[in-house]
Amino acid sequence: MISIKTKKTNKKWAAKLDGLCRSWYKFSRNKLSVFGLIIVLTVIFIALFADKIAPFPEHAGAFVDLGNAGRPPGEGYLFGTDQYGRDILSRIFFSFRGAIIMGIGVLAVAVPVGVFLGLIAGYFQGSLIEPLIMRTVDIFLALPPLVLALAVSAVLRPTLFNSMMAVSFAWWAWYTRLSYGMASSIRNEFYIQSAELIGASRLHILLREILPNCLGPIFTKMTLDMGWVILIGASLSFVGMGEQPPKPALGTMVADGAKYIPHMWWLAVFPALAIMIIVLGFNLLGDGIRDMLSTEEV
Amino acid sequence: MAEDMLIIKDLKKYFPTEKKDLYVRAVDSINLTIKKGEVVGLVGESGSGKSTTAYMVMGSYAPTSGKIIFNGQDISIPAKKRPLTIKKNIQIVFQDPGTSLNPQRTVGQILGLPLRVHHIVPNKDMNDRIIKLLDMVGLSEDYMYKYPRTLGGGERQLVAIARALATDPSLLVLDEPTSALDVSVQAKIINTLMNLQKQLGMSYLFITHDMSLMRNIADRIAIMYLGKIVEIAAATDFFQRPLHPYTQMLLSSIPVVLKAEQELKPKRIRSQGEIPSPVNIPSGCRFHTRCPQAGEYCMKEEPSMVEVFNQHFVSCHLYKK
Amino acid sequence: MSTPSILNIQDLHVWFRVYGGVMKVLDGVDFEVNHGEKVGLVGESGCGKTTTMKSILRILPRQAIIPKGKIIFQGHEVLTMKWRELQELRGQKISMIFQDPTAALNPVFTIGEQIKDTIKYSGIAEKDTETIKNIAIKALRDCAMPDPERIMKNYPFQLSGGMRQRVCIAMALATASNLLIADEPTTNLDVTIQDQVLNLIRTLVQEKGTSLILITHSLGVAREMTDRIYVMYAGRIVEMASTQEIFEKPYHPYTRGLLNSIPKLTGEGMMVGIPGHLPNYLNPPSGCRFHPRCDDAMPECRIKKPPFIEVNNGHKVACFLYKG
Repeated sequence: MISIKTKKTNKKWAAKLDGLCRSWYKFSRNKLSVFGLIIVLTVIFIALFADKIAPFPEHAGAFVDLGNAGRPPGEGYLFGTDQYGRDILSRIFFSFRGAIIMGIGVLAVAVPVGVFLGLIAGYFQGSLIEPLIMRTVDIFLALPPLVLALAVSAVLRPTLFNSMMAVSFAWWAWYTRLSYGMASSIRNEFYIQSAELIGASRLHILLREILPNCLGPIFTKMTLDMGWVILIGASLSFVGMGEQPPKPALGTMVADGAKYIPHMWWLAVFPALAIMIIVLGFNLLGDGIRDMLSTEEV
Repeated sequence: MAEDMLIIKDLKKYFPTEKKDLYVRAVDSINLTIKKGEVVGLVGESGSGKSTTAYMVMGSYAPTSGKIIFNGQDISIPAKKRPLTIKKNIQIVFQDPGTSLNPQRTVGQILGLPLRVHHIVPNKDMNDRIIKLLDMVGLSEDYMYKYPRTLGGGERQLVAIARALATDPSLLVLDEPTSALDVSVQAKIINTLMNLQKQLGMSYLFITHDMSLMRNIADRIAIMYLGKIVEIAAATDFFQRPLHPYTQMLLSSIPVVLKAEQELKPKRIRSQGEIPSPVNIPSGCRFHTRCPQAGEYCMKEEPSMVEVFNQHFVSCHLYKK
Repeated sequence: MSTPSILNIQDLHVWFRVYGGVMKVLDGVDFEVNHGEKVGLVGESGCGKTTTMKSILRILPRQAIIPKGKIIFQGHEVLTMKWRELQELRGQKISMIFQDPTAALNPVFTIGEQIKDTIKYSGIAEKDTETIKNIAIKALRDCAMPDPERIMKNYPFQLSGGMRQRVCIAMALATASNLLIADEPTTNLDVTIQDQVLNLIRTLVQEKGTSLILITHSLGVAREMTDRIYVMYAGRIVEMASTQEIFEKPYHPYTRGLLNSIPKLTGEGMMVGIPGHLPNYLNPPSGCRFHPRCDDAMPECRIKKPPFIEVNNGHKVACFLYKG
């Protein structure tokens, strides 16, 4: 009895493994995607273990060492130090934490809400709920997310959590529109008709039949959006509405450092480069995930 | 004589167009009965309304007017409003198995759905039942964990058939189940279908454009042209003496491989013209624009169904009582 | 004296680089078309018919490699041709009709613009608008199109499937080509329309003396249209004979199986079918690629690839059941 069961599970896993290998093949055909994946994994690794690998973990907080202030990049301080003598590299490492939390937090709120509303609107076409959801979406899409987030952040106290809420508030509508479009084409597929004719419940059709077929583009967009959300988070902190000092945030670092350009250029340039690399990494990764999840046969 | 299982009475389906008083008259008043255990072939070209008829029987569309009666119960309502027992008893196999199976679900999950929805078996026996269904269509239990994209076209269609059989239906609607498949595979699917039909005593409404296939499997054949049935007869009778000029044109257009078949075809009637738009249906007999034997009378009056031979009906002015 | 051939394919191999290795799709295809001859290439989906034809025009996808073989068209080797020669070959000498006329026509241009462009770039006529227009109208009229002037102003979506396929045929034959390749030209059409389109192709090809390669999965269509038939299975030609002979005396077990699989109008016998399915090209069966599905398979079939030999007068077959 047990042996039969293990045999079955083995087959199940073998099928999964083959699927994984195939996915990796599709993903890795484009070397840039692999490059993007490496960047993203490195950033996440640094964020997770910032206190272990940063040369001066204590510099991430309110730390002043005026003796070492304004050192140019060089030995000891790879990226130099800021006006208070704090190591820029260490502060960048720690600011990755906020950036990643920001991205994940926003998507964790915006994606489920947006996708669920989109599936409902797409599947129940012709009912009253569809225009209700989609016109609301239109309104939200008409407002630039940065402006909307600025407005919300200005009303609430400026903290990382509040800026996350603010960006999510502006972001869900994109997912609603994406999943709405997909659901409204998938609902006409014969396998949905077949499930309806069998008599499956609406919840089953939405979550088990339609949703899995929408996941590809949703994951792709999520990865691309990680970069964008981090960029917006940085913009918010640039104008002082994100993570508050003395905690390091990439946007704040660029904003503060900009005052010392050009003679202490490293204060602004390295955090700015860090932002660029994160956004680039997620974009390249997103392209790879799109290739990977495409239905094209290889 | 077996009882009538499905009765279609004056069934119509008009789809609205952008213009107000103009309709696509996809199905325009048809009558058809299917007896218990009978295989009825509904043959026609694209645009004849054969698929629309099938979708109304299944309940995907509600009819514009007319009635569909299944085992004495009026089911001319959309599928959503149909009781589960009706859904259980009428199942469908779609044309393209590539699009009728959800690519993100395994064969086991696909077959499990109807079992779960209709509570056919308790959850603990689910796997055994799925294996039994696979066995019925000649697939091994290894298929349970496979995804449809890893299967060949024929295997996919077998899975779709197994899914339709899961609820033990009494009527199966087959919408061109083999037209997307190769002939060597088609034979296996058709044989499986016909064996199951005999074993389980199901009735089939077989929608197709393939006359030669119908010759081999159907008990009765109905020919549809532009929303109307123009000829109905028992399969044997039908090929011995096709009556309607459209049927004759269809038969003579079929490319065949045997000399014997060639001789069976009606003397060559050159196919001419194309099927007119179902929005502007020709006056009188709707076939008169393509009919080599059309007279003036055909343009004016629509012919009605007459029984020319025993149980052989045709709607054409050439055959008047 | 043998008639000089217009197209001669010898031992053609085509491979595709894919996930998990190399798909050996074509494995030694020999194929010949004589001047003015109508040849059928029959096989089921995935057997390599279309790949063969695409290699003639060198329009294979990027993953394809041709490790071995020759394609000689009118005495010139196609596989080593330069871009300019290839363009000439595609524009003037070989025309193609595809299965799906909807995809073959550009939806945003009128029929007239597309057919005139085809004529212009094929270089068969002086580039003056009036001549080109007249050729286009004549081509459409030849294809039994009512009112060609009006059709020229239409967009593809305004025509029915049968009409679109006729436009494609008109375009293919307007350029006075030597060889017409028709890839499943009627598969998407209804039987009565199929009948009309096939008649049209037959008449035009005969009138112009064009050679025809008809690719089809339907033995019935091939029987009505061709002089000679090649039967293909899993990337190899398994049988070749005159059309009449192949239906009267099919040799190869696959051909016989195929013929038995077809539902007959006479209703005689339930169809038999062929067990199993087409092999995976990544790991094709050794020896004869048909042996796993063959009722007559012998031990020999598993080991050696059967040679393609002449068994009867002009009747070739690749099977160990028949020795030359």
